[in-house]
Amino acid sequence: MIRGRAWKYGDNVNTDVLFPGKYTYTARGRDEIASHALEDLDPAFAANVCDGDVIVGGRNFGCGSSREQAATCLVYNGVGAVIAQSFARIFYRNAINNGLLAIVCPEAAQAIQQQEHVSIDLERRTIESASGRFEFPPLSVTVREILEAGGLVAQVKRRLASARTAS
Amino acid sequence: MNRQSPSQGSAGQAGRGSNSAQTFAQKALARAAGRERVEVGEVVDVRPDVVLSHDNTAAIREIWREFGQSQVVIPEKMAITLDHAVPAPTTRHAQNHAEIRRFVQEQGIRNFFEVGRGICHQVLSEEALALPGQTILGADSHTPHFGWLGAFGAGIGRSEVAALWATGELWLRVPESIRIELDSELPKGVTAKDLALRIIGDWGADGGLYASVEFSGSGVEAMSIDSRMALANMMAEFGAKSSYISPDGKTRSYLEAALERRAAREKKAGTAEDFSLRVAESQLFPDEAAAYAATYRYSAGKLEPTVSCPHTVDNVAPLSAVAGTVVQQAFIGTCTNGRLEDIAEAAEILQGRQIAAGTRLLVVPASSMVLQEAMQRGYIQALVAAGAAIGTPGCGPCMGNHMGVPATGEVTISSANRNFRGRMGTTEAEIYLASPAVVAASAVAGRIADPRDVVQEK
Repeated sequence: MIRGRAWKYGDNVNTDVLFPGKYTYTARGRDEIASHALEDLDPAFAANVCDGDVIVGGRNFGCGSSREQAATCLVYNGVGAVIAQSFARIFYRNAINNGLLAIVCPEAAQAIQQQEHVSIDLERRTIESASGRFEFPPLSVTVREILEAGGLVAQVKRRLASARTAS
Repeated sequence: MNRQSPSQGSAGQAGRGSNSAQTFAQKALARAAGRERVEVGEVVDVRPDVVLSHDNTAAIREIWREFGQSQVVIPEKMAITLDHAVPAPTTRHAQNHAEIRRFVQEQGIRNFFEVGRGICHQVLSEEALALPGQTILGADSHTPHFGWLGAFGAGIGRSEVAALWATGELWLRVPESIRIELDSELPKGVTAKDLALRIIGDWGADGGLYASVEFSGSGVEAMSIDSRMALANMMAEFGAKSSYISPDGKTRSYLEAALERRAAREKKAGTAEDFSLRVAESQLFPDEAAAYAATYRYSAGKLEPTVSCPHTVDNVAPLSAVAGTVVQQAFIGTCTNGRLEDIAEAAEILQGRQIAAGTRLLVVPASSMVLQEAMQRGYIQALVAAGAAIGTPGCGPCMGNHMGVPATGEVTISSANRNFRGRMGTTEAEIYLASPAVVAASAVAGRIADPRDVVQEK
């Protein structure tokens, strides 16, 4: 169960405002990456976000660059999930690969209000908040396997280990 | 109002329901997955032919080290270009480059391109490291660029590149395809960039989300290779996964010449016939009756110079609507529009003219080869005489690292691909996107201007 407050933004939240390009080849380490999260969109975010908080976006969330820090800066700040009307494809992959739940649920993305308390039940595929109860479609098998493994790196590690054992 | 006879979901006439016909994406991903055929929506494990990374390579190496391997499994498929912040603007950037060079040396990566060689997509094209029908996965969002040569190019994340180095394999979902037809040659003054901005403006920055965009029609056939690159490259801003233009005689000549150059440099044997056979055998074409999620038809005669206004790429306007906007900075470059054709257009406008007082023009060629040819043809001399500043081939100020970041309150007109708030380093600046000709004309006028007006004023 993921529980936290909603941080709501609009359509086309791009990777430049999620994590500015000027830091992308120098920022290393969780703390430094976390400190620049949403710097150009919501300067209050990084200092005030709490574990389990949920980002709510509109259409095409995460469009733009392939930079993975656009997703990891949220993970390193403890964000529990991103709910959006739709996601840009590379951001979606980056989120899932880093164990960050990315939920496509247009109804919830539209209804949930800023700073509202949100709870997400992945098993039941439901999102609840003062604005209502919403169901989201099942994740694909591929995506579920990556999330269950704890992200892409963990999944690949496991595969490599079992290949070594097999040989 | 400005959408042209779109016929969404009009794939029907030719054969929705015709089970056997395949799109380019189906054929390319079947090949990359080692399968007879794959279906739209299916998730397949592919083995790409090329895996590209750039200044992000050191960060990818950190992830890859978690796998505990001493050697990457695909050194011959890897291509690494230093391009995003070159030459290094700070000590930290320099450290990053130094780590990448060490890694390249350790792993024996042959396809490594140093500071000054150019932008990954341009360099890999010039080196013919990708052939038609191949799959290129890159830790760069503009990897759909390789659609220009009829290859499947898609952007991926850093962890995914690390996984590819370790296993050679990655999952991809076989995308739906959108077909875009251009009926005839673009009129003078209208470029592939204008068409791309128009498409994105018409259907939104997410209009091509997850899709493979296939271009066709005599208007696309009439385009130069440089223009095709601009068009395919810009589909990243349409949300597309990949793009595709059918390889033809122009494509083959370009690639054959590139293979020949590389063979000569690497002192490898190979006749013109060998190269030509390699390129031809690699090609893939969609079936006539393939099913498309949508078909959009554009009439070249109805297109006009188009500008993308702050702060989203799909916020487009006809040039005439924004002409007169005062600009402090003009920038020509990037993987979208930093090629010879682009610099030629700028030089033609700037020849014998001066950049307006209060405005500066930065020109950053997409590669060293573009720079050399532009010098040989006198374009660089014309640009410098007009007052332009020429930068080291690479991405330049596109993403706000260096080499021409705007001051707060300034307006930039740029031939790049993104005008997001903060893109060039500060949220307090505005970026307009346009074709290189419009950027050059605007530099002369000191305000957004139509090249046709500037040329007439002489």
